[in-house]
Amino acid sequence: MELFKHTASQLHEKLVAKEISAVELTKAVLGRVDAVDKNVQAYITRTSETALAQAQAVDSKIQRGEKVSVLAGIPGALKDNICTKGIKTTCASKILATFVPPYDATVAEKLAAVDAVILGKANMDEFAMGGSTENSGFFPTHNPWNLETVPGGSSGGSAAAVAAGEAIWALGSDTGGSIRQPAAYCGVVGLKPTYGRVSRYGLVAYASSLDQIGPITRDVTDSAHVMNIISGYDVKDSTSINTGVPDYTKSLVNNIKGLKIGLPKEYFVAGMDVEVERAINKAIEQLVALGAEYKEISMPHTEYALSAYYMIAPAEASSNLARYDGVSFGHRVEGNDIIDMYKKTRSEAFGAEVKRRIMLGTYALSSGYYDAYYLKALKVRTLVKQDFDKAFEQVDVLITPTAPTTAFKLGEKTNDPLAMYLQDVCTIPVNLSGVPAISIPCGFAAGMPIGMQIIGKPLGEETIIRAAYTFEQNNDYHKGFAPLREV
Amino acid sequence: MDYEIVIGLEIHTELKTNSKIFCGCSTKFGSEQNTNVCPVCLGLPGVLPVINEKVVEFAIKAGVALNCEILPFSKFDRKNYYYPDLPKNFQTSQYDLPIAVNGHLDIEVNGETKRINITRIHMEEDAGKLVHSGATISSSDSALVDYNRTGVPLLEIVSEPDIRSAEEARAYLEKVKAILEYLDVSDCKMEEGSLRCDANISLRPHGQAALGTKAEIKNLNSFRSVQRGIEYEVIRQEEILDDGGRVIQETRTWDENKGITASMRSKEQAHDYRYLPEPDLVPIVVDPARVAEIRANLPELPDARRQRLMNNYGLSEYDAGIITSSKAVADYFDQSVQNNGDAKVVANWLMGEVSKHLNSEGITILDCPVSPKQLTELLTLIEKGTISNKIAKTVFEEMWTSRKDAEVIVKEKGLVQISDSSEIVAIVESVIAANPRSVADFKAGKDKAIGFLVGQIMKQTKGRANPDMVNTLLRERL
Repeated sequence: MELFKHTASQLHEKLVAKEISAVELTKAVLGRVDAVDKNVQAYITRTSETALAQAQAVDSKIQRGEKVSVLAGIPGALKDNICTKGIKTTCASKILATFVPPYDATVAEKLAAVDAVILGKANMDEFAMGGSTENSGFFPTHNPWNLETVPGGSSGGSAAAVAAGEAIWALGSDTGGSIRQPAAYCGVVGLKPTYGRVSRYGLVAYASSLDQIGPITRDVTDSAHVMNIISGYDVKDSTSINTGVPDYTKSLVNNIKGLKIGLPKEYFVAGMDVEVERAINKAIEQLVALGAEYKEISMPHTEYALSAYYMIAPAEASSNLARYDGVSFGHRVEGNDIIDMYKKTRSEAFGAEVKRRIMLGTYALSSGYYDAYYLKALKVRTLVKQDFDKAFEQVDVLITPTAPTTAFKLGEKTNDPLAMYLQDVCTIPVNLSGVPAISIPCGFAAGMPIGMQIIGKPLGEETIIRAAYTFEQNNDYHKGFAPLREV
Repeated sequence: MDYEIVIGLEIHTELKTNSKIFCGCSTKFGSEQNTNVCPVCLGLPGVLPVINEKVVEFAIKAGVALNCEILPFSKFDRKNYYYPDLPKNFQTSQYDLPIAVNGHLDIEVNGETKRINITRIHMEEDAGKLVHSGATISSSDSALVDYNRTGVPLLEIVSEPDIRSAEEARAYLEKVKAILEYLDVSDCKMEEGSLRCDANISLRPHGQAALGTKAEIKNLNSFRSVQRGIEYEVIRQEEILDDGGRVIQETRTWDENKGITASMRSKEQAHDYRYLPEPDLVPIVVDPARVAEIRANLPELPDARRQRLMNNYGLSEYDAGIITSSKAVADYFDQSVQNNGDAKVVANWLMGEVSKHLNSEGITILDCPVSPKQLTELLTLIEKGTISNKIAKTVFEEMWTSRKDAEVIVKEKGLVQISDSSEIVAIVESVIAANPRSVADFKAGKDKAIGFLVGQIMKQTKGRANPDMVNTLLRERL
């Protein structure tokens, strides 16, 4: 029995039925990591010892007959921009290569409270800037479906780990598509919650007004379970939403009769892979056959979203990343004076993409350019948001491809930032408007997974989970496992 | 040429909240270095600020007291610049939507009332403190950072360029300080840096509408330096303009020791702060009902208190003004009067002996070794005729150093006034007998001679003889 191929909810049944122990499960997944991570390279930091101790504690609880959470004893991974007390949190950046936070992110605390087992910290694009995980300051991660391709990004390590059986579940963060796009490329389920649904406390900021933590899992059921654990208001995050959290597993209903689906025509952009388009169209037909109503709609400001994003996100990043200066923590390169120290430290320890975005953002906020760039982008953001508001007056969910293509080859777009940015064209408007969206597998092209994005209203996680679950239950795409050789 | 002086002040004041503006760390001054810190005020990766509601409340109080309009919707912004005392390399402040705008304050200078308009009041976080290795910055090869002050809440109060002299600047600053003290929102200790002031100064020919080029003067760390710094800067700019030169827009720093201002950075070197809305905090929405409630519960402010002292106790406007310019002095006054002290006598003593002693020791009334109750007891001894006014000063001196009560000192030192007429008559007669020359002088019309005789009597009684009785009895016998 290859335990690492199961979902969390399946494994939970086995644990409480005492068919398996948490230690046994954890060892099985650790063994899988040993066997495949040389090729996949999903982890930056591994915490095998503490993982086994956590598993042992869960076994004791089960032995004593205590009720345990669905994630108790289930091994998972955290993206390495989620702070973990006493465990290195690098953001895949040389500037934080040795940074050990003296605090836990709120999500890490919540996971610990339910006895989830943490196997380690997953690779990512440096500071979550990128769509391929090639911008990691340490090494790139490979797509388990084809090691020559990228896993997507920036949560590429988290998605690849789940797809490769190196973690049963994972957390990623999504600023412009960083959960959904790698989930699509790796054939797994990725959910970006409504902005404010999950606390950002302890998530190292890239673009604060867009960042959101969410689950990457094997199926929609696990996504709902993880959402139940990580969601909720947090006094430490003023931007978290102060409303109750529903039980998302109640939305795991195989029924979409009467659900109104909108297909925004602007999302089917030039350069979209025909296989991807075909898969989405086929999915729509199937959803209609299952009782959904479908209509094509227009979201006219979609084409400006990408440009607005590449003003707003870098502007916030230029400010958020100013603290990495070598003064009181992180990497330092000595200089002749303080300015020299700043320059040398930041020149040496930041990667090219991070520098590019810091410069873009600094420029956009500079005196004389602010109105033309940053302020204009904020106005576009409002228009994009209004597109969503109007769309949701007509429909319950929107369906689009998650990305225009399937995973591309490593190195293919590294010299063409714009081509790389275009991979986020379908996911970015969602972050600008703050609404939730889920990416689920909906087919394959040349053996590589295709992702479908289902977008919901603000706090409409229940609806997108129901739609995703219904689609999943009527298909087998999520059951396919990456054909990865153990070495 | 005679120029019009145009001054605007930016006052920074630390609010006396228990905890910092965005985290739970203590704001205590003088703690061991880097002990009042946490991941949030240290700006570590991933942490988020949470607004201290007390800061908003204090800001609204100050805004209402300074006659401002409280904006129903305001927000925080990031002011971006690199400096090692600023762990995030941005200061969370308020930019285009501050908590309070359009206020004013009336000040009195040379007997005239003048209105200084207040542009805005905003909330922000303080920076840390650099501890340089050498005696001066330029002679230091390294610096250490103390982050205890990082995140201490500040209010910045920005005036319009309505101030026309160094005296007005000082009067305005003193009044703002008094109001903040009365509101109990700040300690306003300039020596500890909890009240700081920058001055924007420019000159223009009388009658010209356009403002001249301004210089911003920083490091004005006392009332004295505010006045001296402005006076120096005005002369500097006058000389430049008289020589046909142009004032450069720049930031200058006041050097207290040399008594000059020196250039820090020019406009070209000025920071571009690249403000952006703080995405980690939600906007501050203030319900008008909350403002109304705060307004209704404001404590008595200096102007009202001065009026009360004039109405209730008949103090002059000048005396009442001096006493109420500091809340602590006014409190001392009220407590003394409540202990059955005669208000005018208390006022005289406060502005006389008490103030003289405080100044010579460089302390404030909060550290006055003589309590209001003790002072009242001393004044009661004068009123009852137990001691004379003159002896009272000696007793006060003794109270100041020994902290003993007046009655104890009077008893111990035998300072009780001699009011027994037979005792005084005996001494008067002996002095008359011993000084025939002076007696003759007096009778010849030299009024001054009586002073000598009184002096002799006082000398013999060590000043304890009741002066009124001495005068009467002496004249009767001459």
